[in-house]
Amino acid sequence: MGRLRSLLIPGVDKQLLLRDAVKTMPDLARRRFIAGGASFGALTLLTGCDVSDSFSAEEMLKRVSKFNDGVQAWIFNPDALAPTFPESAITKPFPFNAYYELDDAPEVDGKDWKFEVSGLVANKKSWTLEELYKLPQVKQVTRHICVEGWSAIGSWTGTPLRDFLKLVGADTSAKYCWFQCADKEGYNSPLDMRTALHPQTQMTFKFGDEILPRAYGFPMKIRVPTKLGFKNPKYVVSMEVTNDYKGGYWEDQGYNSFSGS
Amino acid sequence: MSSLAASDERTLPATKPTKAVIQPAWVRIMHWINAVAIILMIMSGWQIYNASPLFKFTFSHSITLGDWLGGALLWHFAAMWLLVVNGLVYLTLGFATGRFARKLLPISPAGVIADTRAALTGKLSHDDLSKYNQVQKLLYTGVIIVGVFVVLSGLSIWKPVQLQWLTALFGGYDIARYVHFACMSAIVAFMVVHVALALLVPKSLRAMIIGR
Repeated sequence: MGRLRSLLIPGVDKQLLLRDAVKTMPDLARRRFIAGGASFGALTLLTGCDVSDSFSAEEMLKRVSKFNDGVQAWIFNPDALAPTFPESAITKPFPFNAYYELDDAPEVDGKDWKFEVSGLVANKKSWTLEELYKLPQVKQVTRHICVEGWSAIGSWTGTPLRDFLKLVGADTSAKYCWFQCADKEGYNSPLDMRTALHPQTQMTFKFGDEILPRAYGFPMKIRVPTKLGFKNPKYVVSMEVTNDYKGGYWEDQGYNSFSGS
Repeated sequence: MSSLAASDERTLPATKPTKAVIQPAWVRIMHWINAVAIILMIMSGWQIYNASPLFKFTFSHSITLGDWLGGALLWHFAAMWLLVVNGLVYLTLGFATGRFARKLLPISPAGVIADTRAALTGKLSHDDLSKYNQVQKLLYTGVIIVGVFVVLSGLSIWKPVQLQWLTALFGGYDIARYVHFACMSAIVAFMVVHVALALLVPKSLRAMIIGR
């Protein structure tokens, strides 16, 4: 917010502007993106655009990002398989990464935990970990790529999400699977249905042949090797099959929602 | 456009001699669009680099664009269109009009050495700006090739699943990041030399703005 305050906009009461800006924020988490927008705002000042103009660099960038979402979905093959690697290529140690320290990571009790399924599905029963562990599992060794640029190769074992969607009678013509996580701040992320049905998209229960450790999302992670890491939610507690785009923790802050590699 | 200017001179010998167009309009327009695009790409790219640095340094926030990773990515993937569309049209016209062949070739090692020596001793002639010297030919050709590589390596780290064959050509995802960084560094080095020399020979800058 400090950056917003430091902007000099002639004829505009800074306090009022701030109050209005805060009002338009639907979510505290969006603050970061808006603060980022302040420097785009500075650009519009340089070009002489009035702040009341409908044009702003931030608005334009959001529009281009949406355009990019569409273009990417149109030109790329959503069923392309991510490259797989030999076990010898696995990155050790595999990095822990989140917007919090490992000590603050959600601590889920596997006995109490239930995976809730809602929305456009025939069977809305909740699943215990024990029940999920009984489903057929497959292993993949794929590269995890973070939006930050780093990458690491890991070994993930679990049930293909498309098998589970079939099992619960999900309407696979719906647009999204929307995942909620156990994070205190309420991490969530939408996954487009085509990617949810991708053969490598997995409900992951094991990392490196061991029960998924807390660092990597115990008890369940959604592993999507064709998408950037932030679209691979950890500590997942529920899934809603929906036609509505309900946003996501990072998507709302400005990361491109497609974010497919 | 340059051929048009030449025919003007042929057909209108009686009128007062107008100076020939050194840089045709399409080159000038595309040059400045490219300049804006590449600066946006580099400044937002530095901010993206800062999220996960390859080396033991980061770029000062004062010279980056986008404020944080999310903002920088929005800039990078918006300016990308400007850079790539403008670049593709430029390459097409460069080959189709024969400009590349005419202006950039031939380049010889001996010629580059001789012209570098002449430049450093202040003996390089700038009388005819329509003809590039050997150092210019080498640098302009080189930066066009690096420009192609910066885009290809960028695509390979943006889409390492969809374009996995391209990522593999660059030696895999992690190495492709270094290639992308190295191309950026080469372009920045070019820009430093390019801007310094344009300021030393201001009429070349004028030619790139008004054409003559």
